[in-house]
Amino acid sequence: MAYSEKVIDHYSNPKNVGTLDKAKTNVGTGLVGAPECGDVMRLQIEVDEVSGVIKDAKFKTFGCGSAIASSSLATEWLKGKTVDQALAIDNMDIVEELNLPPVKIHCSVLAEDAIKAAINDYRVKNGLPELELEQKAH
Amino acid sequence: MELKLPIYLDNNATTPMDPRVLEAMLPYFVEKFGNAASRNHSFGWVAEEAVDYAREQVAKLINADPKEIIFTSGATESDNLALKGVFEMYASKGNHIITCTTEHKAVLDTCKHLEKQGAQITYLPVQADGLVDLIELEKAITPQTILIAIMYGNNEIGVIQPVKEISAIARKHGVLFFTDGTQAVGKVPVDVLADGIDLMAFSAHKMYGPKGVGALYVRRKNPRVKVTAQMDGGGHERGMRSGTINVPGIVGFGKACEICQHEMEAEAKRLSTLRDKLENALLQMEESYLNGNKDHRLPHTANISFKYVEGEGLMMGFNKNIALSSGSACTSASLEPSYVLKALGLGDDLAHSSLRFGLGRFTTEEQVDFTIKAVTDTVNKLREMSPLWEMHKEGIDLNSIEWAHH
Repeated sequence: MAYSEKVIDHYSNPKNVGTLDKAKTNVGTGLVGAPECGDVMRLQIEVDEVSGVIKDAKFKTFGCGSAIASSSLATEWLKGKTVDQALAIDNMDIVEELNLPPVKIHCSVLAEDAIKAAINDYRVKNGLPELELEQKAH
Repeated sequence: MELKLPIYLDNNATTPMDPRVLEAMLPYFVEKFGNAASRNHSFGWVAEEAVDYAREQVAKLINADPKEIIFTSGATESDNLALKGVFEMYASKGNHIITCTTEHKAVLDTCKHLEKQGAQITYLPVQADGLVDLIELEKAITPQTILIAIMYGNNEIGVIQPVKEISAIARKHGVLFFTDGTQAVGKVPVDVLADGIDLMAFSAHKMYGPKGVGALYVRRKNPRVKVTAQMDGGGHERGMRSGTINVPGIVGFGKACEICQHEMEAEAKRLSTLRDKLENALLQMEESYLNGNKDHRLPHTANISFKYVEGEGLMMGFNKNIALSSGSACTSASLEPSYVLKALGLGDDLAHSSLRFGLGRFTTEEQVDFTIKAVTDTVNKLREMSPLWEMHKEGIDLNSIEWAHH
């Protein structure tokens, strides 16, 4: 199976690989997937407390090229968005942007899950109620 | 000399044809096109003569009699013919077949098919190094057992089963022994007499011959083995496999066997030296593990897991330049990681992290050096990107985390 150029580009030059300090109250961390399933994503956001804008986002991913590209793209999209705007990112946007084939759609779902998990972690840390998230089929 | 890319290291999937094989085949397409079964004119005689010669070349490689070679379309057909043919032919004797969990799908799925026809199949587990436990094997034999089907060398991990010991057990209990020799024949000495093999499947395209041709060895003496034909028609191949035989393919198969016979000893040494160089360099990396028994192994195969990186992601780092395969689920149609690696008791995470290196006749040291560097660099790069590697480095036990399984 051939990868799209965008997947190859994100894989070769991943954006925002790294780790934020998860002890900070304005950092939300989402860890999704499982080693047994062949993909684990950790996505982190750092939120500006005054404006509510995500000022930094980092990821680390164990998985195939599409999983790495999905999380790299997600961090790109997160930066500069408010937390509410970030919640609107849909996995199908990632599929479209990266031209993911049907067998790789689960990578985009995982990225969306990681975004939501990071946001929830941030909300809980800041005394906000956890959001009920719809479960998408992987 | 400049290194030519891409490098082919997937010789367990298929091998390139040796130019000497192609040369031997060429006259049999246009000029000497006869049907080997045409008994009354020279076109047929020429074809038959070529097939007879090839049959001798094939038989010689495995120390068989030419009459014991049944040409087929490949190892999958040979596996089917052996298992289904024995099951039908020996139905009055029993219905029990013993095989093992690391067999090729052509054996496992044929056994599953036979279960629906009333066969009892024992799928023996293997030990952590991939070898069959001989005590367990013998214990599994019942008065209903007609066949033991254990492969010679494994396609994924290269482990060579104790074939002589298995055949001795089979003989002691009056049970036939069939082995899938696809990966072993032409690579290591296989001797059907010394090894006590009653039936053996093998294929031309794994030993630098053409695709679409293989053979089933069927023993004629001590004991005389028979299989029920699975393809009915003109009664070719002593009635065991009807269908006009693939003359150019068989000529190529014969030539491929002859070359292997002459070059095997030196080639096995050369390949195991290269393989060991590759393997030792890659195993120097932290948290990399060899899969399968190190000593009882085909000379050209290495299967290594690089913990905390995923196989498909890993291959993407160099698959423009190096062709090899992974036990990762992402590379298979089934989305399940390698059942062979899981049969060794590997966790899914290690199975997902594996690469299979299959060296071959045309592999050079420069290619091996290039591969060592490319794989090492990619593993290091992906580990820097892996949350699991980070956790491992922080001393977090990954088993203590509640993962969301999906």
